[in-house]
Amino acid sequence: MTEVVATNETILVVGGGISGMTAALEAAETGKKVVLVEKRPYLGGRVSQLYKYFPKLCHPTCGLEINQRRAKMNPNLTIVTMAEVTNIEGEAGAYTATVKLSPRYVNDNCTGCGDCARAVEAEFDDEYNYGMSKRKGAYLPHVMAHPMQYVIDPRIVGSDDGQKAKAACKYDAVDLDMQEREIKFPAGAVIWATGWQPYDAAKIQPYGYDRFDNVITNVEFERMADPKGPTGGKIVRKDGKEAKNVAFIQCAGSRDRNHLYHCSRICCMASLKQTHYVVDAYEDAKVTIYYIDIRAIDRFEDFYQTVKAMDNVTFVKSKVANVITDKEGNPICRGVDTEGYHRYENTHDLVVLATGMEPSVAKGDFPVDIVINREGFIEPDAANGGVFAAGSASDALDVNRAVQHATGAALKAIQVVNRVARAEA
Amino acid sequence: MSDMNKAMVEKYRNSFLSEVEANVEEGEWVKMCMQCGVCAGSCPLGDAWEHTPQKIFMMIRAGKRDEVLASDSMWMCTSCYNCIVRCPRELPITHIMHGLAHYAKRLGIVPQGQPTAKFAQLFWDNLIKKGRVNELKLGLSLYFMNGFGEGIKTSLKMKDIGLGMVKTKRMNPMEMLGGHAVKDLSGFQKVIKKAQELEEARLAKHGA
Repeated sequence: MTEVVATNETILVVGGGISGMTAALEAAETGKKVVLVEKRPYLGGRVSQLYKYFPKLCHPTCGLEINQRRAKMNPNLTIVTMAEVTNIEGEAGAYTATVKLSPRYVNDNCTGCGDCARAVEAEFDDEYNYGMSKRKGAYLPHVMAHPMQYVIDPRIVGSDDGQKAKAACKYDAVDLDMQEREIKFPAGAVIWATGWQPYDAAKIQPYGYDRFDNVITNVEFERMADPKGPTGGKIVRKDGKEAKNVAFIQCAGSRDRNHLYHCSRICCMASLKQTHYVVDAYEDAKVTIYYIDIRAIDRFEDFYQTVKAMDNVTFVKSKVANVITDKEGNPICRGVDTEGYHRYENTHDLVVLATGMEPSVAKGDFPVDIVINREGFIEPDAANGGVFAAGSASDALDVNRAVQHATGAALKAIQVVNRVARAEA
Repeated sequence: MSDMNKAMVEKYRNSFLSEVEANVEEGEWVKMCMQCGVCAGSCPLGDAWEHTPQKIFMMIRAGKRDEVLASDSMWMCTSCYNCIVRCPRELPITHIMHGLAHYAKRLGIVPQGQPTAKFAQLFWDNLIKKGRVNELKLGLSLYFMNGFGEGIKTSLKMKDIGLGMVKTKRMNPMEMLGGHAVKDLSGFQKVIKKAQELEEARLAKHGA
């Protein structure tokens, strides 16, 4: 793997999702040295798991490819994957980062040919598809993964499968003796871009995500719509039945003091986007969106109006009270609507919970002194010194706003390392 | 908020919402309802009510004083607390419903023959005499709540349970003759009297 060479004029970016990539590239393209540390074996984060963006309904792979190309071309940028920052000490202009490197068991000789995956038999839940499909014990995380290198699952190292993978590799790229190791390096400023994770839907007890097969989350639904996803792009239930009558439950976790205090901002637009997936898939589709209020601001308002005008889409102003199922496993949404106070019990094929965003790093788990707000996001605060949040580590943001925020964070970090450079000159 | 803003807010705050905020226990929470409907959908007795909690809160904000205070909804609440547990804004819905019932009662507006109101009155009358609930008398008055004939029938039906309780010393039949009181009964009565004075003064102040 690439050795990390860094000084007090280096910017450390923690997290290689869309925000981290943006911040790292913007800073590197101004000539700064940047080290980008990513926990997953590839860059792109949750954006790489999206099928389409709102509001243009274009594919995130397009922008991701541009960013990956920028990353490959830039000599100022060092990318370290399967790496986690465990500690950051020091002050603005003089930090020391400790990073734990997990073994990939595959070295830079890898050409991405896939012979190892074909040789291996063991299969595991595919994290990329939120466990909705299986992947091999030797795998490429997804077709556009960057770096384009296979990963050996630690669970097959030391098994026959591990040996099979090694034997299958023509390039001597499989190295089963790789060990976890720790590296330390200096940095002048830190951009914290650890992003978000979907709120654990099983905690919303009345919706039965943990009990019912046909209650799923919006991130799972997104994978389902993707032709490269677990169902090959078909919107179907676990039992194989076509899901033509789909309900979206908004604010599943968000704006709820029992769960997340904040509005997650993206879920309204995500459900409106996913409504397009259903309507595009089936001529006789029927979509119901249960909401408290639809938060589609600025230019998104047009998108909302377009969906609202569709004949087969119904909006019900009500937060669903609970979900039960009938004998066939069809989920039934129950509640009382606010426009007339009518009690309803509506049967659907599939219920999609528009789960909200929570910070992917829990409040107590930050390996650096940083000011966290009640919601668990990073506050802009002078006490943070040379550590700057980027993207959804700072708040629930959509991709557009996350990228803008990350660019701002890059500028803040550049100012710090420029001060260091002037002092050292 | 500027003074001008505050003045405008007051202007548009209708008088019934202020009245509820001033007089109903936890009434100041009513304005926090965001009308999501989870309380109404979560209420196990929901479809037996005239108005769901979320509707009651909207009616308060819309100034529908007579309809709210004469509603049977707050009397139907069984205090299961499902709504409080699930309310995304943590409104103490159960307490507000009880507060509304209490306020309607103070004003003398209770739906005719409302059984919960009747029982609450029996409980209060029983409690106030000795400063503690005389369970024997309360039980019997509950049996006879709906007439003498039904009272005899229920008493006969419960006879074995009653005798069993006497045998195991869970109930003392002598409690029928007055029953025992709290240690400082006159002190207790003073406390209640003072509380009633305070409440009446508050009601008078708000012109109710």
